Amino acid sequence: MRNTFAIAGREIQFYFVSPIVYVVTAAFLSVMSIFFAWYISDPRGIVATMQYLFGPMNTLFLFMIPMFTMRLLAEEQRSGTIELLLSSPVRDWELVLGKYLGVIVLILVILGLTLYYPFIMSRFGNPDFGPIVSGYLGLFLLAAAIASLGLLASSVTQNQIVAVVLGLGLAIFFWISEAIADFVGMPLGSVFSAVSLSPYLPDFTVGIVDMRNVIFYLTFVAVSLFLAVRSVESRRWR
Amino acid sequence: MIDAENISKRYGDFMALQGVSFHVGKGEVVGFLGPNGAGKTTTMRILTGFMPPTSGTAKIASHDVFFDSLEARRNIGYLPETVPLYTEMTVRGYLDYMAKLRGVKKRTEPVRSALEAAHLSDRADTVIGKLSKGYRQRVGLAQALVHDPEVLILDEPTIGLDPKQILEVRELIRELGKDHTVILSTHILPEVSQICSRVIIINEGRIVAEDTPEHLSLLVGGGERLHLEVAVPSAEIPALLVRVPHVLGVEPGRRRGTYEVECAPGMDCRVEIARQVVSHDWGLLEMRPLSASLEEIFLKLTTD
Repeated sequence: MRNTFAIAGREIQFYFVSPIVYVVTAAFLSVMSIFFAWYISDPRGIVATMQYLFGPMNTLFLFMIPMFTMRLLAEEQRSGTIELLLSSPVRDWELVLGKYLGVIVLILVILGLTLYYPFIMSRFGNPDFGPIVSGYLGLFLLAAAIASLGLLASSVTQNQIVAVVLGLGLAIFFWISEAIADFVGMPLGSVFSAVSLSPYLPDFTVGIVDMRNVIFYLTFVAVSLFLAVRSVESRRWR
Repeated sequence: MIDAENISKRYGDFMALQGVSFHVGKGEVVGFLGPNGAGKTTTMRILTGFMPPTSGTAKIASHDVFFDSLEARRNIGYLPETVPLYTEMTVRGYLDYMAKLRGVKKRTEPVRSALEAAHLSDRADTVIGKLSKGYRQRVGLAQALVHDPEVLILDEPTIGLDPKQILEVRELIRELGKDHTVILSTHILPEVSQICSRVIIINEGRIVAEDTPEHLSLLVGGGERLHLEVAVPSAEIPALLVRVPHVLGVEPGRRRGTYEVECAPGMDCRVEIARQVVSHDWGLLEMRPLSASLEEIFLKLTTD
């Protein structure tokens, strides 16, 4: 496990000096702030809830997170540093988990940066914190799932562009898979519907934490990471 | 320390390695020589546990690189051919990270001594991206040393360096050879005769020779050869010298006035040749023995 933390530590260190991270985060916060300002400036007054903000954050994450994950493994593979990693006494799963942990920490930091929305609301109103907490939980789980797809995408290529496009493609696919389930006809349609990432967020945002949904997200992450580890392992055989 | 038994590696239809077997004992510095594409890097990657062989076994410090991979890797310091580095980290930060990944708990001292061994102490806090190739190579070498492994596997450690840097790296490897087991691959022949106690020559995936540089030289050299230089070259010199007893052949050398004289094994033709040169007034400038250079051994073994 020590190796996992070492690798995560290095990724976090890298994120701190990475221009892409700053630019994308700044763009995200700017767009969200516009939403937020527009939302709370309704002259009729609003209910102090974050409910309608989680939706846009969600959509933005869908596009943002693959940009953070694209280099995690692809760059190591391109530059050859993967050769040193795989010939060090580090297990393949420690490597993948360490990389994943790195991007999770980044996601937590970004979520932390949005906490000033509920903070401002609490200054002017009386928001119900329960749904806010559960909403953030739902958002975090969703982000974790997208990140795991992004990491998987990064593990199969040396090219960061391929990694980001693939990551984005996978994220969008699992996002809309419920909606397109009807088009796909029955047996496949129910599979599509079952693996979709989208249906659960609304519940989280109103305060419903259904453990089944939590487990779904965690399972989703576990499967993606498992596949990513296999992908790294397969590098050795080529 | 390094035991390779009958290693084969196949990529699709292409056999990169066939039946490669060799052993490197503790404290030896062995050179792994071969033309490009012979299988040197593939062999090294198998030894480091990076990739598995198609068949055969390899052991490092008695740990099988496939079945006991993690333990085997703990004993290895590897410098890949491409010297991959994290260019955004400082030298010290990078070495610290590498040491962490290899399980070194207290890292300040090992990092400091690796920096010193690789002559990087004055660049310790420079970002790797800003270093020249020579320095980067040394960082690569330092990361292979930082956890004080038993075995060092160096893939072309002096490639791309300038002559001064090459000398420094060779000196470093010689130093390291005193308390580490080293296997280094190269196609720079003088390097091998200077640093290595033994040479393994590989060609097209197979080992074609394995011995000390001196023995190999005898193996391929055949007889004794002399380098002769005269002041007054003449076309008749080869024809006349060949008649000297025990002289097998006389070839003109690269420069005008030089010749290579091949003498029968065990015979010393020098006295008679000197006498001939002087009596014909060709002007004896230089006469010295030549052993088969590693170049010749190499070419001979790899081109038939």
